[in-house]
Amino acid sequence: MSGTRGRRYHAAVWDEPLVHELGHPGRRGALVPGVESEVAAAAGDPLALVSPTARRRVPPALPELSEWEVLRHYLHLSQQTLGMMGVSLFGTCTMKYNPALSESLTSLPQVREVHPLQHEDTVQGLLEIVYRLDLVLRELSGMDRFVFQPGGGADAAWLHVCMTRAYHADRGELAERDEVVTTIQAHPCNAATAAAAGFKVITLPLEEGGRASLSALRSAISERTAALMVNNPDDMGIYNPDIGDWVESVHSVGGLCFYDHANFNGVMGKLRAADLGFDACMFMLHKTFGAPKGNGPAVGAYGCTERLAHYLPGPLVTAIGLDGKPDPQGASFDLPAFGRADVTFRLVEPERGVGRVREYLGNLPQVVKAYAWVRAMGADGIGEASDLSVLVSNYIDARLRSVRGVTRSNPEVGTHRLEMCRYSLETLAQETGVGAVDVQHRMTDFGIDAFWLSHEPWIVPEPFTPEAGELWSKEDVDEWLDVLALVCAEAYEHPEVVRTAPHRQVTHRLDGGALDDPARWATTWRAYRAKRPAS
Amino acid sequence: MGRLVGFLVNPVAGMGGRVGLHGTDTAARAVEARRRGGSPVAPLRSARALRRLASSRGADDVTVLAAPASMGAVVAASSGLRVRLLDVGVGNPTSAADTAAAAAAAAGAGADLLLFAGGDGTAADVLSAVGRSIPLLGIPAGVKMRSGVFAATPEAAGDLAAQHLRRLARVPDGEVLPALLTTAEVVDAHPADRMHGGRSHDADALGERGRRAGEWAGSDRAVQTAQPAVEPGPMANTLIGVALVPRADDGRLVGTKSSTSLQGGTALDTLAEAVASELDPETLYLVGPGTTTSRVLGALGLEGDVLGVDAVTRGELVGVDLSEDEILGLVDEYPRTGLILGVIGGQGMLLGRGNQQLGPRVLSRLSPDDVTILSSPDKLVALRPALLRVDAGDQASFPWLTGYRRVRVAPRRYMMMRVDAA
Amino acid sequence: MAHPFMASALADQRAEMLEEIGAESVEELFEQIPQAHRLAAPLRLPPQLASEAALRRHLLGLLSRTSTCEESLSFLGGGYWRHHVPAICDEIAARREWLTSVWGTPSSDQGRFQAWFEYASQLGELLDLDFVGLPVYSWGCAAGHALRMAARMTGRGRVLVPEVLDPERRAVIVNYCGSPELAAHLGLGTVAWRRSDGRVDLDDLAAKLSSDVAAVYVENPNFFGVVEDQVAEVAVMVSDAGAELVVGVDPLSLGVLAPPGELGAGLAVGTIQTLGVHLNAGGGAGGFIASRDEERYAREFPTLQVSLCDTTEPGERGFGISLFAQTSYGAREQGNDWTGNSVYMWSIANAAYMAVMGPQGFADVGAAILQRSHHAAQRLAALPGVRVRFPSGFFKELVVDFGGTGLRVAEINGALRRRGIFGGLDLSETFPELGQSALYCLTELHTAADVERLVAALDDLLGDAADAMVSDPAGAMPSPSAGDGRR
Repeated sequence: MSGTRGRRYHAAVWDEPLVHELGHPGRRGALVPGVESEVAAAAGDPLALVSPTARRRVPPALPELSEWEVLRHYLHLSQQTLGMMGVSLFGTCTMKYNPALSESLTSLPQVREVHPLQHEDTVQGLLEIVYRLDLVLRELSGMDRFVFQPGGGADAAWLHVCMTRAYHADRGELAERDEVVTTIQAHPCNAATAAAAGFKVITLPLEEGGRASLSALRSAISERTAALMVNNPDDMGIYNPDIGDWVESVHSVGGLCFYDHANFNGVMGKLRAADLGFDACMFMLHKTFGAPKGNGPAVGAYGCTERLAHYLPGPLVTAIGLDGKPDPQGASFDLPAFGRADVTFRLVEPERGVGRVREYLGNLPQVVKAYAWVRAMGADGIGEASDLSVLVSNYIDARLRSVRGVTRSNPEVGTHRLEMCRYSLETLAQETGVGAVDVQHRMTDFGIDAFWLSHEPWIVPEPFTPEAGELWSKEDVDEWLDVLALVCAEAYEHPEVVRTAPHRQVTHRLDGGALDDPARWATTWRAYRAKRPAS
Repeated sequence: MGRLVGFLVNPVAGMGGRVGLHGTDTAARAVEARRRGGSPVAPLRSARALRRLASSRGADDVTVLAAPASMGAVVAASSGLRVRLLDVGVGNPTSAADTAAAAAAAAGAGADLLLFAGGDGTAADVLSAVGRSIPLLGIPAGVKMRSGVFAATPEAAGDLAAQHLRRLARVPDGEVLPALLTTAEVVDAHPADRMHGGRSHDADALGERGRRAGEWAGSDRAVQTAQPAVEPGPMANTLIGVALVPRADDGRLVGTKSSTSLQGGTALDTLAEAVASELDPETLYLVGPGTTTSRVLGALGLEGDVLGVDAVTRGELVGVDLSEDEILGLVDEYPRTGLILGVIGGQGMLLGRGNQQLGPRVLSRLSPDDVTILSSPDKLVALRPALLRVDAGDQASFPWLTGYRRVRVAPRRYMMMRVDAA
Repeated sequence: MAHPFMASALADQRAEMLEEIGAESVEELFEQIPQAHRLAAPLRLPPQLASEAALRRHLLGLLSRTSTCEESLSFLGGGYWRHHVPAICDEIAARREWLTSVWGTPSSDQGRFQAWFEYASQLGELLDLDFVGLPVYSWGCAAGHALRMAARMTGRGRVLVPEVLDPERRAVIVNYCGSPELAAHLGLGTVAWRRSDGRVDLDDLAAKLSSDVAAVYVENPNFFGVVEDQVAEVAVMVSDAGAELVVGVDPLSLGVLAPPGELGAGLAVGTIQTLGVHLNAGGGAGGFIASRDEERYAREFPTLQVSLCDTTEPGERGFGISLFAQTSYGAREQGNDWTGNSVYMWSIANAAYMAVMGPQGFADVGAAILQRSHHAAQRLAALPGVRVRFPSGFFKELVVDFGGTGLRVAEINGALRRRGIFGGLDLSETFPELGQSALYCLTELHTAADVERLVAALDDLLGDAADAMVSDPAGAMPSPSAGDGRR
């Protein structure tokens, strides 16, 4: 591409109808295996097997298409999705390469065709992978035990509030400990899960240095504090050096401390949650550990120290030695090679566990992918990935300094930021009327998919949050930066072009008026037809 | 039927910013700003807003009722929108009185919305003229924009105006439209005469601390140290009044820079209802000024004075717009007293100069636990720095008022805010 | 040498970037992290397997010690079922365009938005409900959210769930109900089942349906596989009590079973795993929440949902997120419950599945499952000492009572396992009132030969047992295996 004018890109526009508008009555995309005559004879008329009050009377109005029509339709839709085909520096989500090997291994029947309620003896291989990844995450965090049941980072936060309830209830203190403290820049799921669990939420604002202050924390906590839920670094790439004092303060009043490791990429291999005093932490296997994000299925791997371990949800995968004792090698990595006859893997229900936050062991394909990623990277590779993430992020930062209209969040914080940083287009907006959303749209005209703006609330006006991780090449990052600079320059010269973007995308900009209007929103085709009979 | 938009520009607004003045809201400041080389900001910014309005859907139905000459007509003429002139005179230079007269004329002509360009001073002038007879929407063009009537950018003002007019078009004429409107506080750093309904705008109305200190008065030092002064430092914001504004779905008003739609409206009502339901029957509650605290009274079915201190107990209003002596009299009658405060304007003012009723004599009767502070979360999040202020020397002598305090932002939700003596 | 996953791990490019930054070393960039926080010793991780070949070999070795429901003959279900997954579901869901990325703009992400919309739209047709959110983690999570929605809608604090409920799912729901010590706790009551036919006991429901009940949850079919043919009556009772009815369904049944919307449910939840998603050892779980398209429901959804809407170009359709502001993404702790990374990729597989099946496919698969499960019931019931608890009116699953055989289910399952058969889910601990019973699952994939293989195996081992009983009347059976069959 040309650095000055951007890539000559245009999105695929198939003008694809809805699946409901395709096909023809009577057409089939799949056939169901027919029942043998003896089965049919024995069972009789299938509908007679259901009492009349429970039978479906009107067939569902589903489309009728051939197999190829369905495949082609969804291929068109996939082509009408930009995603990672360009350069996507979607911050806070740590876009990584999802190794093709992992995708193919988890397509094997040994993963796909396994029922979660199979007897342990039949799933030793999978259980061993779970156990091995548990050991890996213990080493990376210093925690004593991990579970993979939560279906994402927010679900891991939910597990933490469930654990917090169980821990304080066990001490008879839960009724008096009904407050969870978090910070305004922690991911919304921390505050939201705490509130959903019935806790009061006390939020600390950002003060000097772009951080919530230790004094504010100390004023917020008391014998009513159940838990602290924080991330570090935050999405501005600012690290809280007082975190040790934070944890100590919360412990001194009897609260638990949860480290939301959403931003682990900047610190992996550099520090460990348990070493900083945390009681529990969470890793996202679907971003940090190379499993696909794609809005799930995902895993929020939740780890905790021994003192909380018996509250974990079951079942836990435990290695049992010949002597019948768990963890035959302790929490060490000298785990025997697979198939050693003197170790078996069993499922154990913790004594006072919180039950389940989701059915079964978790999204095991993602566990397999994460384990594969760890082995592909090794300890040195993981450390290098962290170095690169921070290096590239600071390179982006350096280049953004010269882009007119862009400012850095918390400009008074002069240090290098970690693996990402949030920037503001407020200046651009004030001077040209072109805001972050406009720039986002215009960049897609050059094959660069949307950047992440910011979690709520928008502390930084007109925000954008790039994060390159270790995946993207310097050339990719340069292309991204060139396009951003080009669009910002365009905002000064031809603001209307940016404001009315996109011009080379699948569709024009939404007229979102209907989205929150009960008379016009339509989350299904049947609702749409009912509300807009003319169309 | 077409929609009418009143439109007026304070042509000298914003000129002071880049030359180190905190506004041009007096004639003297405007002259000074020109002398220092300030250039008009408001015409350009208001042109951007109108261009946006003109290019929006439904613009064909819109007629602009413009104030004459530099106060609107010049900008409106090149906007592409249909324009009618308001029948008012304009001085040269223009004055606060001209602003007020034009605003009143627009309201009188039946405008659906009054779009004005300026800063807090302009907003105060407009509000004094039209009150809540017509919704207001500010195009940010001043130096100080702490009032809740301003959109974040000129374009956002254009969008919001267009959206509001389109929504109006969907409801029958004459219908009451509470769902389309909300209220916003107008604040200004101005002397007490505003508090009393005066709208004197002349050069002698210099009550505010910064001006008393002579910062603005044309000294060379002030010029040399001039910053692009969006943060002029602690100043007393006074709540001038409450305006009607179009309700923005995406919260693009200054002071609600977050994109959450839980601004104002329903979230605060939920909080107010919770606070109202938790009031202790044995306690006298003093309800401080502002729209947030007035929602608590509203939840009780009461209406006090949004600018003053009211008192309520057992669901009854026992005092409206109380003086210090009246408050003290009431406090003596009840076993316990509670104080409910809101955060005024975009600068985090908890107690300002307008609240002298809540002076040391009253505060000495209270303990920290007696004080409840309420705010929408957005208002707190927009504060830079994240500070609440108590701006009165005497009040600041009550150390328990300052330091970190919990601010209730919703039922069972708090923000931990530092309160400083300003 | 750069690692294959790390493009910029090259000395020259590192140097270029450092120069632009103005830093001497990468270490300098970590200046914010105090030395005291740094890891003291190097990480002890298993050695790197840098080449794909070595890594593949290692993982295949591990995975080889896993038996599958494809090579073995499995009758496991229990709320999580193996159905045929058309190959195009896998191909479509694995497309790289939407595998990794999270969100684009509505214009650049248009294809994925449309696929999500088609997921919701087709599911809405199956359910006979107009408002469908993007999925949540699992059926249990969906049920938990729906009960909380009902509590907010009604302002009431108790919910009733059936006693006949998957213990896993129930455990999830319990967590969603909160703790009595804390605010907004939901009391959890249970509705008994009729011993005669396994259906929900309407008398017990009537007795428990007090004015503090926010919601009643029923499943159809229920955990025993029994089709609840009184859902419409339940709906009337619940509505009369001012509560909300939440119906849990397996959407795959809805080609033959009446949809929840028609039966009067305001809210429906269920699994999406049966619609073109593999078992994945439990990693295929996903749940949906749907409701009538009424504001009072819609305003309580914790999910994101895709709405068809207009664009700035006249006549052009676009898709956007509806009611974003009420989620925790939009409103943090002020939002409805919480929203997170979910299982949206499965919803694309679901969309493809529903599209290939069409109305006839759902009718066919429903009929096949009805016939196969009832046929198997007859064959099993013919075995000595074996009876089918609720011999008719079930879908896909049936309760097989081995009480008359003198064997424990764990023993039977152990013996079956050695014959390459995964017997039905053991209910003896979770539903002790059923004695030594197991829940057998039959889908469109079980052939008549499969059933005969099961019957023969059972016949064989029950015969052995009968012989043993004769020779050892005390009943001291040889233990089939160390496994206890709890799984």
